[in-house]
Order: sequence, then C-alpha cells, then structure tokens
Amino acid sequence: MKAYEFINHTADLGIRVRGNSLKQLFERAGWAMFDILVELKGVKLKETVEIEIEGEQIDELLADWLRELLYKFNGEGYLFKEFEVKKLDKEGLKAKVKGEKLDLSHHQLKTEIKAVTYHGLEVKKKKDSWETQVIFDV
Amino acid sequence: MNNEFNLKKIDDYRWEIPKSEGMRVPGRLYADERMLKVVEKDRTPLQVKNVAYLPGIVKYSLAMPDMHWGYGFCIGGVAATDPEKGGVISPGGIGFDINCGVRLVRTNLTYPDIRSNIRKLLTALFSRIPCGVGSTSNLKLSSSEISEVLKEGAKWAVKKGFGLEEDLERTEENGAMLGANPEKVSQRAYKRGNNQLGTLGSGNHFLEIDEVEKIYDARVANTFGLFQGQIAVIIHTGSRGLGYQVCDDYLAQMRHSVEKYNISLPDRQLSCAPLTSSEGKDYFSAMAGAANYAWANRQMIMHWTREVFKKVLNLSPKELGMRLVYDVCHNIGKFEQHTINGKTKTVFVHRKGATRAFPAYHPRVPEPYQEVGQPVLVPGDMGTNSYVMVGTKLAMEETWGSTCHGAGRVMSRTQAKKVAKGRAIERELSDKGILIMAKGRGTIAEEMPEAYKDIDQVVNIVDKAGLSKKVAKLRPIAVIKG
Repeated sequence: MKAYEFINHTADLGIRVRGNSLKQLFERAGWAMFDILVELKGVKLKETVEIEIEGEQIDELLADWLRELLYKFNGEGYLFKEFEVKKLDKEGLKAKVKGEKLDLSHHQLKTEIKAVTYHGLEVKKKKDSWETQVIFDV
Repeated sequence: MNNEFNLKKIDDYRWEIPKSEGMRVPGRLYADERMLKVVEKDRTPLQVKNVAYLPGIVKYSLAMPDMHWGYGFCIGGVAATDPEKGGVISPGGIGFDINCGVRLVRTNLTYPDIRSNIRKLLTALFSRIPCGVGSTSNLKLSSSEISEVLKEGAKWAVKKGFGLEEDLERTEENGAMLGANPEKVSQRAYKRGNNQLGTLGSGNHFLEIDEVEKIYDARVANTFGLFQGQIAVIIHTGSRGLGYQVCDDYLAQMRHSVEKYNISLPDRQLSCAPLTSSEGKDYFSAMAGAANYAWANRQMIMHWTREVFKKVLNLSPKELGMRLVYDVCHNIGKFEQHTINGKTKTVFVHRKGATRAFPAYHPRVPEPYQEVGQPVLVPGDMGTNSYVMVGTKLAMEETWGSTCHGAGRVMSRTQAKKVAKGRAIERELSDKGILIMAKGRGTIAEEMPEAYKDIDQVVNIVDKAGLSKKVAKLRPIAVIKG
C-alpha cells in the first residue's frame, strides 16, 4: 500500500492516506505531511518528542494531530520522520515522534505548508482499512 | 452548460445563483461565459452557495471573476454580514494568510535607465530580501516589539526607520488597522512571528520589477504618478507564519462556537462566531494584529528595495523617485460603512482573495487620490502582466466596494509540475525578457504562467462589469520568488 497520494485541488494541496489501522492511518498522515515539507532522506532520528492530544471526534483529532506536528516544525523547528501512535481512543491520542531540528545546511525544504484545513476532511472506515483525505493550504 | 447550479444570466458579466435550501441570500458571480465554464468545472459555485448559509449575511454571496475552488470560501469570495442581525465573522472567509496583499512602488526611471543593471538589481534584491520556505530575517524581535508591531503595523516600521511617513497615507488603513489587541494573539503565533518580519515567504508571493507597458486612463495614471515606459516595483506578501497561526488557532476555537450559537454550516472550514460574541471579538482583535504585522512586513521589504536601487544604480532618493503608489490587502475582514436600501449601515465585509475598490471622494481614499478613486493593484503571476485599476461607485453599490485580486489558479500545483516536466520554464521566461530567481526548486514550475487564468480576461470582466476601471498595464522584467 502506497503511504499516500496527491488529490487534485486547484488552490492547494490535498492528500489521500490509507492505513491498515487507525493508528497506522495517523502515523502515515504525519509522515506524508513531512514528506511534503522536506526531503526526508536527510533527516536523522536524533530526538524523540511525545505528543498528546485530547479530543473525541476522530476527524478533528486527525486535524489536531497534524496541526500539532506542523506547529512543532513551524514554531520549534522540528523535522520528524518516524511516528508511533501509542494510544488512540475516545479520549484522544498519545504518540512518540522521532526526528531532529531543522538545519538548512543539511536539510532540503520542499513545500511550505501554511496550514491544515478542515475542508472535506474525513476519516472513513473501509472494509479492512482506514482512509482519510486532508487538504493543506500551501 | 449543464447548469448544475441553476445559474441565471443577468447580463454578460453577472450570474445569479437563486436562493435554495439553507441559503440566506442568493449568490452572485462576476464572469463571462468562457470564464463561467472554467469555474463550473471546478465547482466554485458550490462554495458561493455555502457562504450564503452564514448567519447575518447581507444581499449576496459574491464571487469575483478570478474565483476558484478554495476551502470554505472560494478564492475571490466577498460576503458582508450585519452585526445587528446575528452577523458572523469567519476566519476561513479571510484566509490563513491574513492581509496577504500587494504594494506598488513607482520610480522616475525608464527601461533604458536600468537595462544594463537588471541582473545586478535582481541579484542584490535576492540577497537582501529573505525569501523561500521558512525564510527568516536577521531581525529578531522580542515579545514586546511584536506587540508593538501588532498594534502599530507599518507605523512601527516607519518609526524604526524603515521608510517614510508619507508611505503611510498611501497604505490601506494607513498601515494600521484599529482594534488590534496583542493579548488575543497566541504565544505560538508570537513565536512564529519573531524572526519572519521583513521576509517574502514562498508560494505565489513575489517581488517584481516591472515596466509600465500601457496606460488606459492618462488622467488617473498621472494622479497615481504612473507613465508609459516607467519602471515600477510590485511586492506581494502577507503576515507570514504569525498570520497562519492566528487563523489556525481561531478556526479550531470556532469549531465549538458553531455548536454554542447553533449555527448550521455545510463546510467546517466556514466555522464562525457572531461578531458581537466574545469569540468573534477576540478573533477580530487578533486578525487586526496579524494584518498590521503584514503591513509592517511589506513596509520593510519596500524600504530594503529602495536601498538596493539606490546602491546598485548609484542614484539619490530624489532621482529615483521611488514613491509608494498604494498598498492593498486582499485577504481581510473589515467593519465598513455601506448604504443598504438608502440607509448607511456598518457591516463586516469579508474579502478572501478580493481587493477593496473605493471610488473617488470616499473618505477612506487617500487625499492625493480623492478626485480619482482608490488604486486597485491586481498582480499577475511571474511571467504575466499585472494591472493597476481604480475603484468605482458601482463597486460600492454592488460588491461592498470590492473587485478581483489577481488571476486565480486553474491548475493545481501538482498538475502544474506535471505540465512543466521536461520544460525549462526559466529559459522560456528569459526568452520573453523576464529574468527570474527563486529559492525553491519546485516554485518556478508550480507557479508557471499556464497554471493561472488569463489575467487580461479577469481584468476585462471587472472593467466591463464596472467594478473597477483599467488604469495601467505592467510587464514583468525581473522577479524574485520564494
């Protein structure tokens, strides 16, 4: 299964992500976002950051997860490439993400993502997998 | 035309979407038949309909001819809400890049004056003005300095020596919107804002040296200080990460306001709160602060541009004559006075990818332009023309004094990259006499001219519809992109 694919959206950038479980869906969505932001090959696993988000509604939780990760990049300079969702239930999410701080002498940034939008946001259960689509403002 | 949206033709440039279930007002699109086919294909009318659901919306949900599919509001969307009738404020109706806008700087120079120095100018601008993904400035601001920027906007920049007092009167809102409250801007937004003031960013933002190729209205052009063959500079950028964070913070908050105030919406990206609610007021105060940050940003970039011209061309400020013509915002929400059924009322106008276009003698038009009207700046994309237009009375009557803001995309960024594959877009542009320098590898392909609508067509529609009038056409000579 391909981790994600682009969907056409005139103004912005949309992705469709699939996962075998909800946890994997979240992990892959996080990975996809950083794959759009930066050349991931050059990112080393130097630091681990724990992320905790509260929320009941699954699609909003996914948006909040991506928003939090995006802030970690934009506000604190983190680039992540490994995502492990430890807990995902009705109360929220707990995850460990690994990567390192941005260093422009090593890292090649690709596309600026301004924000995660709620437009057309949905998390769907397929037969034995999960699927989501997310539109980023770029 | 399959007419899925039940579009009714009013005249050659006006189309109406009649009110249907959930819509509080009809929709109105400004387009010609050719343009309409394009926008129907990308389903923009659906977003125009969705906006008509907003509580307190007055008269119409409007779309300018550069409209295209966005999220929540379409790009090119305009909507006014009435605070006395439960009218709402919607962060998605303003956009993530709060006060993304354009400023135009005139010069005394003509093309021959810079011909031999164009590359030098471009290189100097490229190294002086930080641009590209996540570009940061050498200037690091403390929290208290950011608070000042949020309150004072371009005034802060001028006070710190970035530019001239006279620049302020030629900036929309004089470069500082009232009602900004730094306390309503999150620490996260502060953090993102501390090293990005005076940076161009990436995407469709640019700084461009242009030549005035054609004058349509000599009297108005003369009043704006423009003449044929003249060199001018266009700066297109916004509030950077600080603005994106403000929008993001409040969109998340307003997910709950919708429930609290019992608002039913077809798209979550339209989340909103009544203008009179604490949520609505807080967002407005934060948004105004971000708008002011954007004005300071463009003011500083203009200042550095003037310095580069002075140094490279070895001319005095007087010889250069680099006066600001005007600075407009095209992602903004404002309380404005408008006439509804013969009565003057205060409404809140959302402009998401739309430009204010006030007519002659309007009190908000700067004194030097009182007799002709407000300059409207319509930037093209790299490689395409830009236009200077002027506001009209008709726009006041029909569109809350609003008009188009640019060309509008027709291709997604991924599509553009595919089309550009194997082509040397940079070379194609240089063959047309346009030099370009960009930070990002993909930017030139994503922003290639074919990815956008024909700006000449967009501008002709608003001109013929009477929402603003053509004054001058500018041709790009040298562009820096993020």
